[in-house]
Amino acid sequence: MHEYPITQRIIKIAEEYAVKNGYSRVRKINIVAGDMCGYVPDTVEMYFNEISKGTLCEGGEISIERVEPKLKCAKCGEYFKRALFSFECPFCGGEGEPSDIGREFYVKSIEVDEDDKGN
Amino acid sequence: MTKEIEVVENIFEENDRIAAQVNKTLTENKVFCINVLGAPGVGKTSVMKRIAEKANFTPFVIEGDIESDIDTETLNKLGIKTVQINTHGACHLDAPSIQNALTGISHIKNGVLFIENIGNLVCPAEFNIGEHAKMLIVSTTDGSDKPYKYPLAFEKANLIILNKCDLTPYLDFDYDFFLKGVLMQNKNATVISVSAKDGDGFDKVVEWIENNACRI
Repeated sequence: MHEYPITQRIIKIAEEYAVKNGYSRVRKINIVAGDMCGYVPDTVEMYFNEISKGTLCEGGEISIERVEPKLKCAKCGEYFKRALFSFECPFCGGEGEPSDIGREFYVKSIEVDEDDKGN
Repeated sequence: MTKEIEVVENIFEENDRIAAQVNKTLTENKVFCINVLGAPGVGKTSVMKRIAEKANFTPFVIEGDIESDIDTETLNKLGIKTVQINTHGACHLDAPSIQNALTGISHIKNGVLFIENIGNLVCPAEFNIGEHAKMLIVSTTDGSDKPYKYPLAFEKANLIILNKCDLTPYLDFDYDFFLKGVLMQNKNATVISVSAKDGDGFDKVVEWIENNACRI
């Protein structure tokens, strides 16, 4: 259920941009999703096939680019991947704090075909 | 020929826009709004009952549950004005659902609105619903590793309530390990230990709410 309303929102955004640019169909939606964004790409894809029926995105595909999360060291400022049960910076031994890397969740672009212009 | 159209739109953008509207309306009505987060069974409703007993402010509650209105009935019987939202499967409340619920209680003014989110430590932390503060409730029976396993909920909380402290003699809860995990995620949150069963610790909780409520 978690991914269902989010997938609806993704389709809405794609449709808005297609219409705004004069296209009647979306061939592909490119998403950027950090691993910490809380949404499972496979589930979004599964819902996409169902929810897109009857929309401008029907028959299109969804492509999800993943981003690996990183902590930022409060001491030396380096970004690093967190080890399990640890926040320790591998560069200086300082403490890592949550950063925005890995939290991304946005529609990067849509792909349309010139054949669908103005229909 | 295929053409790529740049979008770069955050998927949460519409939710955040509505959350800002909800927050503005509540602030204008002098209602301090607390988003109450916590896993099922940590004592979210019991904590709110204890707060209401000690409070010098008028409490209002929006109860979020997948099904049932058990908690709403309990709170209304205690004289706490409560409305129910049932999500019928959805695992969190979002800003539009709060905007709708508020149309039913638009007369609320001068008080504190508690919005009890769906019992879940994951997605409720991801959605702003118009609150001024997030109150996270965890309990000693959950184990001391929760800040490490559910970092986002701890990172976003302004007030963290550790409930069921009356049970610590019977448990292996490691408070230092718990607090270390909290501090790694969030150095600004206030952590208060309570027992909703005995009522211990709630003076501090009410004091925190009153101090923050008067800032809006």
